[in-house]
Formats: sequence, C-alpha cells, structure tokens
Amino acid sequence: MKILIGIKRVVDYNVRVRVLPDGSGVDTDGVKMSVNPFDEIALEEALRIKEAGNAEEVIVVSAGGDECQQQLRTGLAMGADRAIQIQTSESLQPLSVARAFLKIIEREEPGLVILGKQAIDDDNSQTAQMLAALWDRPQATFASRMELNGNSAVVTREVDAGLETIEIDLPAVVSVDLRMNEPRFVKLPDIMKAKRKPLEVISLDELGVAVEGQINVSQFSPPPQREKGIMVDDAAQLVQELKNRGLL
Amino acid sequence: MTDREIMKYDVVIVGAGPAGLSCAIRLKQQKPELMVAVIEKSSEIGAHILSGAVIEPQPLDDLLPGWREDPPSICIPVEKDEIWLLSQTGRWRLPTPPQQKNHGNFIVSLGAMCVWLASKAEALEVDIFPGYAAAEIHYTAEGAVGGVIIGDMGIGREGEHKDTYMQGIEIHAPITILSEGVRGHLSKQLIKKYALDKDSDPQTYGIGMKELWRVQPGKSKPGLVQHTAGWPLDSKTYGGSFIYHLDKDRIAIGFVCGLDYEDPEFVPFEAFQQMKNHPMVHEMLEGGEILSSGARAIAEGGYQSLPKTELPGALIIGDSAGTLNVPKIKGTHQAMRCGMLAAEHIAETSSAVGFDARLRDSAVVRELYKVRNIRPAFYKGFWRGFIRAAIETVTAGKLPTTLSIHPDDSSLKKLDGYSSPHRNWVDRDLPPRDRLASVYFATTAHDEDQPVHLQILEPDICTSRCVKEYNNPCTRFCPAHVYEMVGDDAAKQLQINSANCVHCKTCDIKDPYQIINWVTPEGGSGPNYQNM
Repeated sequence: MKILIGIKRVVDYNVRVRVLPDGSGVDTDGVKMSVNPFDEIALEEALRIKEAGNAEEVIVVSAGGDECQQQLRTGLAMGADRAIQIQTSESLQPLSVARAFLKIIEREEPGLVILGKQAIDDDNSQTAQMLAALWDRPQATFASRMELNGNSAVVTREVDAGLETIEIDLPAVVSVDLRMNEPRFVKLPDIMKAKRKPLEVISLDELGVAVEGQINVSQFSPPPQREKGIMVDDAAQLVQELKNRGLL
Repeated sequence: MTDREIMKYDVVIVGAGPAGLSCAIRLKQQKPELMVAVIEKSSEIGAHILSGAVIEPQPLDDLLPGWREDPPSICIPVEKDEIWLLSQTGRWRLPTPPQQKNHGNFIVSLGAMCVWLASKAEALEVDIFPGYAAAEIHYTAEGAVGGVIIGDMGIGREGEHKDTYMQGIEIHAPITILSEGVRGHLSKQLIKKYALDKDSDPQTYGIGMKELWRVQPGKSKPGLVQHTAGWPLDSKTYGGSFIYHLDKDRIAIGFVCGLDYEDPEFVPFEAFQQMKNHPMVHEMLEGGEILSSGARAIAEGGYQSLPKTELPGALIIGDSAGTLNVPKIKGTHQAMRCGMLAAEHIAETSSAVGFDARLRDSAVVRELYKVRNIRPAFYKGFWRGFIRAAIETVTAGKLPTTLSIHPDDSSLKKLDGYSSPHRNWVDRDLPPRDRLASVYFATTAHDEDQPVHLQILEPDICTSRCVKEYNNPCTRFCPAHVYEMVGDDAAKQLQINSANCVHCKTCDIKDPYQIINWVTPEGGSGPNYQNM
C-alpha cells in the first residue's frame, strides 16, 4: 500500500518566537524554519512500516509556497520515495488543508494517511480529524503506538484518562503523538540522493480547492510581563498582602 | 580500512563562516567542475555565527560584483563613527583613529550574511551540509590529511548507542580546508600534530560577548558606530565595547575582553553588563528587549601568532589561523580574502603546497604586519598601550621592532599574594540579570543524553590545585555558566552543565592548566543565533 504523510513548514521549536510590535503576527524574519516535529514522527512511522515490508511507497505532501520544498526534501532525505507540493501563496487554515489533501488522496489512493497531531505554530490539531471526516474514513488521533493487521490497524491513543486502544479499518487517518517513535537522523549521502527523488508541484487551483477562511485572527500579543515581586518580612505580612490583592 | 560509508569530493571545507563560504564560492567560480562540500556543525547556516559587525566591502566587491544590488538582509551603510572613553558616570569623546574610520563600510549581521553567502554558494552547486560535525581528521595511508570523519549521532551519555544511532560517514578529499573560526578543534589538533606554530608566537584571544536589542523607537540611529574604552575595565585589562545601530529599532551591542587578563576573580560577562548600565548606554537600552545574545572568542595575535597555514593535504584559513585585524576589530574582510586566496591557490595548483608563502605575501598578511605591535603594546597597561598604539598608527607599522605575543593561559595571577583591583561597578537593572538568563537568549540546545563535549583531561586538578591557586576561574570566565563547583567545602566537585555551552571556546583557551579540551558535540547542537 501507499502511505501519505502530511508535512508542514513551521518555525523551528528552538526559536524564541517574538510577536511583531503591531500585534499582527509573529516575527518570522530570518527565523529558522523546520519540519513540524510531529510530522517527522509521522514520517518515521511510515518509514518503519515500509521497512517492515507492509508498504511499498511513502509520499510526503506539503501545502504552501515554494519554500516548503526545503522541508519536502528533508522528508525525501529521511527516506520518503516521492514528494508533492500543493502550491499556494495563501495562508491556509486546517479545513482548506484537509480539502487539498483529500484531492491528493483521491489521486493516490493510499492505504494509510499519517499526520502529526498538531502543528507547533498554531496548535490547532484539526487537520487530521477534518480530513478523516471529509474522506468518510476512520481516524485514530494522538497515536503513540500502531500495529497493522492486514485491513485494519490497532492503535493506542494518548487521552486525558490514560491510554485508549482502538481498532480501525484501513484506509484511515492516523495522527501521531510524541511517544510514537524517535525520528531517525538523516545520513549525509541521503541528502544528496533526495535531490534526485521526484518532487511534483501542483497548484491549489489545479486541484480545484477554493481557499475559505473560517477564522479571522485579529491580534497577537505576548503573555503579560511578569511583575516584580515584593519581599515580605513574615507570615503575617504575607497574609496581609494576599488579602490586599483579594486572593484570600 | 574503514567500515564507514565514504563520500568523495575534490575539496571539503570545515566550517560555513565567511572564510569557508568565500573559499567555496571562489573555487566554483574558478573551476566549476570541482566537487566542493562545506560541512557545518550548526543546525543551520549562521546559527553559530556571532560578530559585531562592521565589514569592509572590498572582498565582497571582488567575490560577488553586483552584491550591492542584492545585499544580505541586514546591511546598513556606516554613517558616523564615535570613540568614547568612559568613567563610571562620565564620558569623553576621543578622536577617531584611522583604523576606525568606517566610511564606505557596512554594519551587517555576519550570521545573516553567511546565510546569504551560502545561497550564492549553493547556486554555484556547492554542497552545503549544516547539522553535521566534522569530529575527526581522516588521515591517508601516507599520513597526510585526507578528509574528515563526521561525528556519530545518537550516542548516549555513557557512550552507548541509542535507538537513533547513526554512524558518521567519512568525507574524503585531496584537499581539506579548515575554516572553523577561532580555536577550531580540528585546527588545534593539526597545529599540534604538525608543529605548525613552532616558528610563531602563541595565539592570544579575546572573548566577545554580544546582545541584539530591539529598543524604543528613536533610540537607534541607523549607521552609527560607537566604540568605548575605559570603564568598566581596569587599566590592566584589555578590552572595550561596540555599539552598532541597525535598522528596525535594533542595536547590536557587545563587549570584548582580552583573555590575557590577570585577575582570577574577574568575570567578563559582568564587565559587559556593567558597560550597558553606563548612563550613555543605559539611556539607549532602557525599555527595550533582548532579541538574542551569545559569545565567541576572537583571535588577537595577528601577524606574530599566525601559524604555518599549510600542511599535507590541508589548509588552515581565516580565524582558525588568526587573520583578524585588531585595531580595526575586523576579521571578516580578512577571512574572506584568505578563503578566496586559498581557492585561487587550489584552482591553480590542486595542492596545499605553497599556500603559506602566498598568504604571507598577500594583502591579508600585509595588513596584519602593519598593525602587529598594537595589541602587544597594551601589555604595559591602557595608557602606555594607547601611546604606543598611536605611534604605531602614525608610523604605519614601519618601526623595526616586533613585540612578541604572550600566551593567555599563563597570564592569570595566583591568588596567593594577589588582590583584585577595586572595581567601581554599579548595581545594575538592565536584563539579563545573570549568565543563565543570558544563555536563554542564545537558544542553545544540546540533547542532554550525549557524551559531555567538554573533556577535562586531569579532573583532579580542579579540586586539588586550581581551587587553591585560582579559585576555579572557569566558573567565572565561561559566559554560559557551564562550569560550577557544587557541594560543600569538603566534597566540592566540578559540575559541567554542557547543555548551556555556546561554543565560544573561551574555556579551552583560558584554563590555566590547559586541561579543558573542547570537542564537537552531536551535529546540530549548540546555539541557534538569529541575525547575530
């Protein structure tokens, strides 16, 4: 079967993100961009499934401008066979991404679609769920373990109450959590090989997907500065200060 | 024979700084058919680059004519130079010496410029590999340098292989270029192995610490280049500050201290923070925020400390050799020229042989020769140094004597019989409050589960000798608070917080027993400087 992996180009997790002075967004000037860490975990899982002989092709897909080709090449260097860029200069919200991915699914007919549970820039955690609904197929989100059994998969999900194990029919959408695996390092020669692997560019228009934003982001602001504290001399003063602030 | 995978290139360059990238670009310009690889330990180009920086553009005009129409992202023409002598609260404007007249020069972010240079190199089909550390030299059967061995990745703290273990490959090339910057660890090994410094003075260094600030609107005057000397340093400690005003309400501010300082209790980071609290500087910074911070050693020995730069199968270029011009406090144009010369030499001769003589005959070393006595003049203290420096400037370095350079690791005075000078330092209120708060802005990252990359060759010395003789100065000179003595007096131990390391190399340089050996951590580790 084919496995489709969704990859998003995001601000690297190491970067100290800063809000622009006018509050319109986050400063991405000169900032390091990387593959969304959860997407790397998704790709790693797909590669392991392929190496175990249960898939013949791993395809990485990303929606964005041409700069996301850098992240697609990283995916190819890790071991994916082919890459597809859904080209657009628009900023996409999860619903549009899900619709675009659906078009790719209709073309490629994968047996499994693995996404990261959420992107570290917007933390939405919506694309996988929306994609499964649009595709009308099962979903297993926040997965930390997956076992394939022919036409189905047994997936362990990380949920608030602990771990939940479900069985889903394939094809399906799985979104992965941190504990699924630790992604491999890229071998230097594989970076060179990745340059020769196919990277197809399809525009969003060609796919016939209209961009519809349901959400309008009005303002970004940094968390409030931590105020200077005061030193108190004894417990009595502490209680008084707490009372003064209406906290007791 | 090796069981590692091998990649072959015509030239492998270690370090994607200005020297390495200029060399790569020039190589491809002269001989496009050459296969050139650049290996860089940082996670992306520019992430380990930290510099003021005011650069002279001539090597750029030479390497990339037309660059002015397509400049790097931060590139502000210098408008004005100011030199200030500071006291605790006062200041005096000094006349600008010729080496600090920056008309025609540009204030840049060297990190952003390296990103820009890397894109030019990639357009010429140089293969650039960030995230991989050249950990060791590969030697040919004849004992010449034959390339490098990339460090293994996925190794745990005790040396065990983790699930992600990946063996490092070997990159073989007839010519290896070491452009690791100041105190490169492979350059250090090669200089020792081939005794490349036997006919030169030891290298001397400074520690450069820098912060990038976004200040209140109007406080930054783009194009203004300021330097200060005097307070907060005492007359026996060489150093001073730089304040470069950028666009978008940004100021690059930093401080350099010669690592030949004698006071074992001195804390270079604190001197930097004091300078920021001088009324002239405080006024610029108050209400602002720190965008990034970090530190890197600087090579100050110049002409006298240049080792032999050629060895079988390899060349050492840029600040790994030490080409910075101290009175100008500029090394970028020199590093670029040196890299370009190395490329031209290789394109013409396909050999390392003859490069050293060519370098010594070039504009790079002519420039170093002219200013060779300025730094060592300051061994006699600030005022005598200042006078001698003025004489050397006026005579353009033509006086017959050459002062020798002293090593840094033997400059610390032992505590017994020495008392630190009284420092009229102030209570300060600008961030960062201490080195740990500062390291936060360097966004340095190391997987904690990996071998400690700061090797202490004789660890007993820390608790048996150093504590008495110098009171463990590593706990004070490291700008990232890597070294700590923990435990009570009876059971004091050295603790190495290697994850804080910003790869500045100060410890490798200043340690009085020379038992600290800095080696590369896992590729991709270390600072993530942006626009530094």
